[in-house]
Amino acid sequence: MATTAETHSFDLRVESVRALNALLHDPHGGAVRVCHPDGAHALAVGLNAPWEVELDGHVGYYCAGMNAQAQITVRGSAGVGLAENMMSGRVEVFGNASGAAGATAHGGLLVVHGDAAARAGISLKGAAIVVGGSVGHMSAFMAQSGTLLVCGDAGEGLGDSLYEAVIYVRGRVASLGADCVEQELDSDDLARITRLLAEAGIDGASAAEFRRYGSARELYNFHVDNAGSY
Amino acid sequence: MTALRESATFDRATIAEIQRAAREGIYEIRGFGAKRRVPHFDDLLFLGASMSRYPLEGYRERCGTGVTIGARHAREPVALDIPITIAGMSFGALSGQAKEALGRGASAVGTSTTTGDGGMTEEERAHSDTLVYQLLPSRYGMNPDDLRRADAIEIVVGQGAKPGGGGMLLGQKITDRVAAMRDLPPGVDQRSACRHPDWTGPDDLEIKILELREITDWRIPIYVKIGASRPYYDVTLAVKSGADAVVLDGMQGGTAASQSVFIEHVGIPILAAIPQAVRALADLGLHREVQLIVSGGIRTGADVAKALALGADAVSIGIGVLIALGDNAPEWEDEYVRLGSHAGSYDAWQAGRDPAGITTQDPELARRLDPLEGGRRVANYLRVLTMEAQTIARACGKSHVHNLEPEDLVALTVEAAAMARVPLAGTTWIPGLVPGA
Ligand SMILES: Cc1cc2nc3c(=O)[nH]c(=O)nc-3n(C[C@H](O)[C@H](O)[C@H](O)COP(=O)(O)O)c2cc1C
Repeated sequence: MATTAETHSFDLRVESVRALNALLHDPHGGAVRVCHPDGAHALAVGLNAPWEVELDGHVGYYCAGMNAQAQITVRGSAGVGLAENMMSGRVEVFGNASGAAGATAHGGLLVVHGDAAARAGISLKGAAIVVGGSVGHMSAFMAQSGTLLVCGDAGEGLGDSLYEAVIYVRGRVASLGADCVEQELDSDDLARITRLLAEAGIDGASAAEFRRYGSARELYNFHVDNAGSY
Repeated sequence: MTALRESATFDRATIAEIQRAAREGIYEIRGFGAKRRVPHFDDLLFLGASMSRYPLEGYRERCGTGVTIGARHAREPVALDIPITIAGMSFGALSGQAKEALGRGASAVGTSTTTGDGGMTEEERAHSDTLVYQLLPSRYGMNPDDLRRADAIEIVVGQGAKPGGGGMLLGQKITDRVAAMRDLPPGVDQRSACRHPDWTGPDDLEIKILELREITDWRIPIYVKIGASRPYYDVTLAVKSGADAVVLDGMQGGTAASQSVFIEHVGIPILAAIPQAVRALADLGLHREVQLIVSGGIRTGADVAKALALGADAVSIGIGVLIALGDNAPEWEDEYVRLGSHAGSYDAWQAGRDPAGITTQDPELARRLDPLEGGRRVANYLRVLTMEAQTIARACGKSHVHNLEPEDLVALTVEAAAMARVPLAGTTWIPGLVPGA
């Protein structure tokens, strides 16, 4: 984010989280640079306007939770539930993200340049998540729609009980979860991967290096013969 | 000829269930609540006033019923005229008409309704003056705009019908509208997770609650709903996490679709749960400060009064209001029989073919329920419950239903005395209570 004359500076060692969020709930939007986040929780949550927010350091749980419209950048690592239930906008983290990054996110783009821990994209509902590093176990668990793109490796149980979301992984997948299968990569996939990498600002990876994983749709309607998979 | 004798262990329902299981190879999923008898409010009686207690004059002396929920942290707590709320029931499980009727009925008597799995519909927001928005593990339809236009938030940890269990909306109830609200294709079984995706345990929940407060600018209260299993500890932890109110749902509580084995065998009766929850609040010094809303088999004004006397601030109702809307009504008997049931036994709420048009997404069936007429019936039912509770409270000499207390109650059975911690009628005996301790 370019720091312009209108960029508001906000020091969390001086002012409170409440004051920050109250400011960011102004429906007109604006630009804010937050220093000393010091791992505080619930930073920049519930934004609903074209804000540009830069958090200069590590952030705690639920940073950018339920974001709509805003562009939020974290120059550090993020705690659990980063950008959970995001509706739109863009959240970008230059460090790592803890568990459940992008949980249930409906829209927008989440970019984690480092690694994301367990359950990245759990119950994803339409957003796109791009991870420059690797993701932990049970990522995209019950993911309903949207995309999880992983440039590194994926942990155990990837895409368990997956619905319509699509997963792309460039590296190694430790194991696939129930009902998640590898699928053929077609030209639409290649275009989608290329576009997401460009949007995320990740170079050095090419679309053809990725594999696609999706739902076998065997668990979509209960059948007794599948009881072992539940 | 020897007399035919049925087994008490293998009774007809048990035999039929074994036969069904052998035939179908899948456990039974159904709606309604527990059907077995468990210790309940029927096992308690009020003593009423006499020489040592003065009653209030019926119809003349005021007996208040209002309750304020969530004043601990919220700038705009929920203020209700009656201590009887409508429980969370999802659009998807219920028709749009049913949700609208519940909203109309509740608003007419000054109480709240609650959304459910699947999000908030325009019908219920438009017709509910006070609407509680549930945050469930599935987060189906979870939308911050709806969060901001809610009057309270209810974080669902569990439900009495299935503490520890997730949800299930079978594919046949997933119409295009329900599917779109939940971001899933039509016709697919929607499994709802049993754990929240972004928190586990009370330490995380405390931060989750902080996030919700920040998103809503500390305006509205946050409830935490739990199924009754270990209420002393669960209530303690919910309050420690920052809940403004605790919703405690006993094992008899209704469900739209759960495994029968879950409905009948997991969790404890609400009668046993309330005293533990009240003790937890009292030990924290927060009884009446953090409100306790209880549910699970509340049917009558007597049940309401007994729940309040045990220390609850309000009750919540699911099955009762569906019956008020017309569920299990004799007028549909022919259709119930065709579905293999009877008026009075119908519980196939999971199947979506409800003749009364309540637990369905079929437009033809749903049209049978007129939201205006349904709303009137719900309002009537809630008024009757309120008047009944007031009648009892006045007879006990109370100027507000919240002044009812355990001292007004006795138990009819040893079990109920032990669970509710009130003496067995005609004695001073509360089993399990060490005298003088
Ligand atoms: C049709 C139906 C749908 C329900 N859906 C939900 C739900 O979405 N979320 C929830 O927390 N509880 C749900 N419940 C449980 C109720 O909120 C409530 O806990 C229960 O019905 C109370 O017990 P009662 O039915 O005996 O009054 C549902 C209950 C019914 C009957």
